[in-house]
Amino acid sequence: MTPVDGPVDLHSDAAAQAHDIAVARKDILRIATAGSVDDGKSTLIGRLLYDSKAVFEDQYEAVERASKGDYVDLALLTDGLRAEREQGITIDVAYRYFSTPRRTFILADTPGHVQYTRNMVTGASTADLAIVLVDARKGMLEQSRRHAFLASLLRVPHLVVAVNKMDLVDWSETTYEAIRDEFTAFAAKLSIPDLTVVPISALNGDNVVTRSENTPWYEGPSLLHHLEHVHVASDRNLVDARFPVQYVIRPQSDAHHDYRGYAGRVASGVLRTGDEVQVLPSGLTTTIAGIDGPRGPVDEAFPPMSVTVRLTDDLDVSRGDLICRPANAPRATQDLDAMVCWMADEPLRPRQRLAIKHTTRSVRAMVKDVVYRLDVNTLHRDQEAGDLGLNDIGRVMLRTTQPLFVDDYARNRATGRFILVDEATNATVGAGMLVAP
Amino acid sequence: MTTPDYRLSQLETLEAESIHVIREVVAELERPVLLFSGGKDSIVMLELARKAFAPARIPFPVMHVDTGLNFPEVLEFRDKRVAELGVDLVVASVPDAIAAGTVKQEPNGSRNRIQTPVLLDAVEEHGFTALFGGARRDEDKARAKERMFSFRDEFGQWDPKNQRPELWDLYNGRIHLGESIRIFPLSNWTELDIWQYILREEIAIPALYLAEEREVVERQGMLYAVNEFIRPRDGEQVRRETVRYRTVGDANLTAAVPSEATTVEEVIAEIAVTRMTERGATRGDDKVSDAAMEDRKKEGYF
Repeated sequence: MTPVDGPVDLHSDAAAQAHDIAVARKDILRIATAGSVDDGKSTLIGRLLYDSKAVFEDQYEAVERASKGDYVDLALLTDGLRAEREQGITIDVAYRYFSTPRRTFILADTPGHVQYTRNMVTGASTADLAIVLVDARKGMLEQSRRHAFLASLLRVPHLVVAVNKMDLVDWSETTYEAIRDEFTAFAAKLSIPDLTVVPISALNGDNVVTRSENTPWYEGPSLLHHLEHVHVASDRNLVDARFPVQYVIRPQSDAHHDYRGYAGRVASGVLRTGDEVQVLPSGLTTTIAGIDGPRGPVDEAFPPMSVTVRLTDDLDVSRGDLICRPANAPRATQDLDAMVCWMADEPLRPRQRLAIKHTTRSVRAMVKDVVYRLDVNTLHRDQEAGDLGLNDIGRVMLRTTQPLFVDDYARNRATGRFILVDEATNATVGAGMLVAP
Repeated sequence: MTTPDYRLSQLETLEAESIHVIREVVAELERPVLLFSGGKDSIVMLELARKAFAPARIPFPVMHVDTGLNFPEVLEFRDKRVAELGVDLVVASVPDAIAAGTVKQEPNGSRNRIQTPVLLDAVEEHGFTALFGGARRDEDKARAKERMFSFRDEFGQWDPKNQRPELWDLYNGRIHLGESIRIFPLSNWTELDIWQYILREEIAIPALYLAEEREVVERQGMLYAVNEFIRPRDGEQVRRETVRYRTVGDANLTAAVPSEATTVEEVIAEIAVTRMTERGATRGDDKVSDAAMEDRKKEGYF
């Protein structure tokens, strides 16, 4: 359609249907994909975008023009920056959006080669589900293990292994089963609560949106069906109330003279008006007088809501403080024991000083010890390593200048994570996940 | 509010994320400013800023890069909204910069590119360190790689090869003197999300976004409504058509689309069935090259 083709007929059935789908109440599923160009990742993403009608006609036309072979190369839909095309590499995480009547999807497309740890960790940090691509002809490679490990390290609750290019192995059930069994055995050694293996052909669309006739032996869902139905509501921690104070709201106007509210995002648990709460670090207790949401007062707040909490007593509360329940408080500690992904050229070494940001609290820290460096391919722990280089992962002990209020990452993704910042360059140089002491 | 299953809808999730980002900036950065064009995205962003600090006022000013080629409806809307919210308005004027000789207009009348130096000068003059922009990642492939907190060097430049990794929702707003951060709270919103939010929250928008019978001329396959800046050229036929604007840019370069959508509800139905991205359909200035946006962003454009 060119712009002057005339208006869209708003009285058509298609318009009515499209409108109903658009305004339906949906939730969001955040996905991270990992794999290299050779695995057909771009083709798969192009296929998901195209088949879910997230691709617009002008984008499709541009891709059609650029395609060289007999078919439209859907991989070009995820084509990146000119800087990347010039070098033939993908340099950074790209975010894609598509939706179906049931769900809307935010897909972090993480390149597999250069800076893979940094990119995969970035993409997986916010993901509900990770898709690892495996080429059916090659089976499980070192890279597949690495991707699965990183997804489990970041505690992405759901993992999907898409065994791609099944058309090139004559839809062999035996090949699929061998890869599935090998992956399942590997996953058993990691923290992967939910693993799904789907045989697909991204190029032809088999088992991507609809079940394929080429795999009568496969009884599972198509990939998109799984993405639409995977149960994520119980992935969140609704038990431990944690509310890091982000900003203090004091209108200082005549109409709201006495208003004093603590703005923030519920990290975990549920806060209710009338709850007895404790404020850290002071340890003082009070009750929640009221909670204001974007549309006025609400009775309760849960993650990931952004709200403003009002307290009954006039306490001294500021950014970096944390509101919790008196009987269920996080650990207050200056000693951090964490798995760290290092993302700087200069290695992480003992005695190094760094800035650390944990929830809304920023403090300084010193590296006490690099306990071991992990080989992400073999899971071997090298205790002699002494430092962490670019894209290395290892167990690190840190000592902070002020206490942080923490939980283990495995129990609470929101209060168990932190970033490390180089104070000289201001660059983000590390991602940390707290482990039990 | 009844939410027995403790689940937010897609719009509520996006809203919560944007409010968190906006508050984080005010907590961590010295002098933020919100870029307001009068377009639907910046209108939604301003509404989210209002919600982030209610019942207090928005604790930062709003800046408009005025190209001097505005739709009058948009200027009227801007002034009204700013007055309602009680926020300060900073106008960075492109015509003033042209008059002072600091920038030159392009031969085709586009002032898109020269907005950037005018913007950067205003940022320096006022000492702004954080600039909120309404860009979305679904708009363009250069935007798909953009961060929520996008670091800019002392020249306002974006370096796509050297972006700070953005982990979880732990944003790094640390900068040195002269550097700044562009903040994109709407990164994860799509065009349809914006419209659904406008509908749900009953947010006022300029009437240009809704279909109305207007006098138009056809140029290079696009329809331009006749206005102060678009006069019919020799051989061009003026005809009356029912059209609306999908984006609101400069009045001399923004095309309208034929449309029957006279309400926000109808706009949503129209977009839901339309298969044409908004920039491709209506912005003459983006057609120059496939990498136009990438180049402009590197120079410091939004």
